Amino acid sequence: MLFVTPWLITFLWFTLGPFIASIFLSFTNYRFIGLPEWVGLNNYVRLFTDDAKFIRSVINTLYYTAVHVPGIMIMAFFVAILLNQKVKGQPIYRTAFYLPSVTAGVATAYLWILLLQPNGLVNQFLGLVGIDGPNWLTSSTWAMPALILMSFWGLGTTMIIYLAALQGIPQHLYEAASVDGAGVIRKMWHVTVPMMTPAIFLTAVLQIIGSWQVFTQALIVTNGGPRDSTLFILLHLYRTGFEYFQMGYASAIAWVLFVIILVFTILQFGVARRWVYYEGSTER
Amino acid sequence: MRSTSVRVLRALTRALFYLLLIGGSIMYAIPFIYMVRWSFMTTSQVYDPDLFWPFPPAWENYTYVWQHHPVPWWLFNSFIVTFIGVTVGTFVSCVVAYGFARLEFPGNRVIFMVLLSTMMLPLHVTIIPVVIIFRDLGWLDTLWPLIVPGLGGGAFYIFILRQFFMTIPIELDEAARTDGASRLGILFRVILPLSRPAIATVAALAFIGNWNDFFLPLIVLNSPDRITLPVGLRYFAAGQYMEQQHTLQMAVAMISVMPIIVVFFFAQRQFVRGITLTGIKG
Repeated sequence: MLFVTPWLITFLWFTLGPFIASIFLSFTNYRFIGLPEWVGLNNYVRLFTDDAKFIRSVINTLYYTAVHVPGIMIMAFFVAILLNQKVKGQPIYRTAFYLPSVTAGVATAYLWILLLQPNGLVNQFLGLVGIDGPNWLTSSTWAMPALILMSFWGLGTTMIIYLAALQGIPQHLYEAASVDGAGVIRKMWHVTVPMMTPAIFLTAVLQIIGSWQVFTQALIVTNGGPRDSTLFILLHLYRTGFEYFQMGYASAIAWVLFVIILVFTILQFGVARRWVYYEGSTER
Repeated sequence: MRSTSVRVLRALTRALFYLLLIGGSIMYAIPFIYMVRWSFMTTSQVYDPDLFWPFPPAWENYTYVWQHHPVPWWLFNSFIVTFIGVTVGTFVSCVVAYGFARLEFPGNRVIFMVLLSTMMLPLHVTIIPVVIIFRDLGWLDTLWPLIVPGLGGGAFYIFILRQFFMTIPIELDEAARTDGASRLGILFRVILPLSRPAIATVAALAFIGNWNDFFLPLIVLNSPDRITLPVGLRYFAAGQYMEQQHTLQMAVAMISVMPIIVVFFFAQRQFVRGITLTGIKG
């Protein structure tokens, strides 16, 4: 028992206590000074009936999730297949694809501001294939696609999970499929994909949770704009709590965020049984 | 006839494969190359469309930000937080994980389930009361909020280490005990030496987590010489110092990214293994 006390102390102090306190605060008005004032369900009513920015932030986050999650999973899958072949210099390619996900943060967000300028690298590249790129960051239509594009640069973590799963597929399954006369495509669809479903499921859960926690890019690259087109729910929480100091109201946003993440995760585990294939020896 | 067309097709597939692999790698590396390039340019060179690589490199960008901005402080603060997070955080995580893996005490299972469920609870949900606690402790605008919560070990790290400790045969513990080793003795002389790969993985994840941390430092830190590098970068670009020069900004970005890249190249295996063993994003 003594061994686990350090964690128990920090858990009670910085997790469980605040968790309970945030439920209480979400039913109050609290402005960081003075005492919290009980307002009942007012904060929640205001969230859903009188806060266009909140509704907008939820829609924006859903938009991001709907494009980012399938997009990054397909791209990472594709890259993992490429990297799983025996080629010279494999560690170099792997590093190139993986490194951006380790360095993701404020520094690379500023880098992308420059890359996404009207005459920046992204548009120069599009120009090579004859596309006249938009002014990404000042257009309320293109700002969100710009953030999604940027998110694909960070496919490394997902890709590594797929790569490990690919390497865990027993070779004899492919041999058996060949004997049955399966070609490349059918092997992919009937052997690779079913054997990868645990990894695909895992990354789907992680990426969806991650999408609801997008913050750094939205604050640094677009600061929620233009015209709230990249206002994510967490950015809305941050501004409400730490720029306007409406901490009771921000706690209500935090709780809605928590419930959303919880519901998405439970839903995914609920439908997982229908499509995820678990073999005894599969990792994890 | 047929065999030549098959061979041509195969060669074409091979060529396409390398094109995708090499082309893709270059595309993923180019943003970094641009970061280096800009950090070594003078302001006028940025607007010269014919110049790709600046020669000689403008080292003065680095010396300028180092001397005219609190960059040394930012680096120092980031270093302190990361150093304590990696050393103490990893060590305490080992001790706690050992408790969960090997010791029978009432509520062991239940507390471990609680630990697992905290991994589902992002800091963002509890951030408001957490910041109020820091305020009441007088910790706002100090490094304590970034250090103290991690001193009890991180839930992810404890989970990884506990899973690894469970794979070590219990007979080794028993042998050590008959030789008169205490519980701590078993941890230090049996478990830890056998767990180097898992410990290295946790240390690598803790390094990245602490070094890249932005949300909490952004909220609790304020004074220009008390912030960490990621927050400092923001001050810099926000025109706080009356400058918006890309070159200086990219020099600071380089200073903040370089340690990660260096650590990554030394501990590449640990990163990859950390992700594949646990499936948890660092």
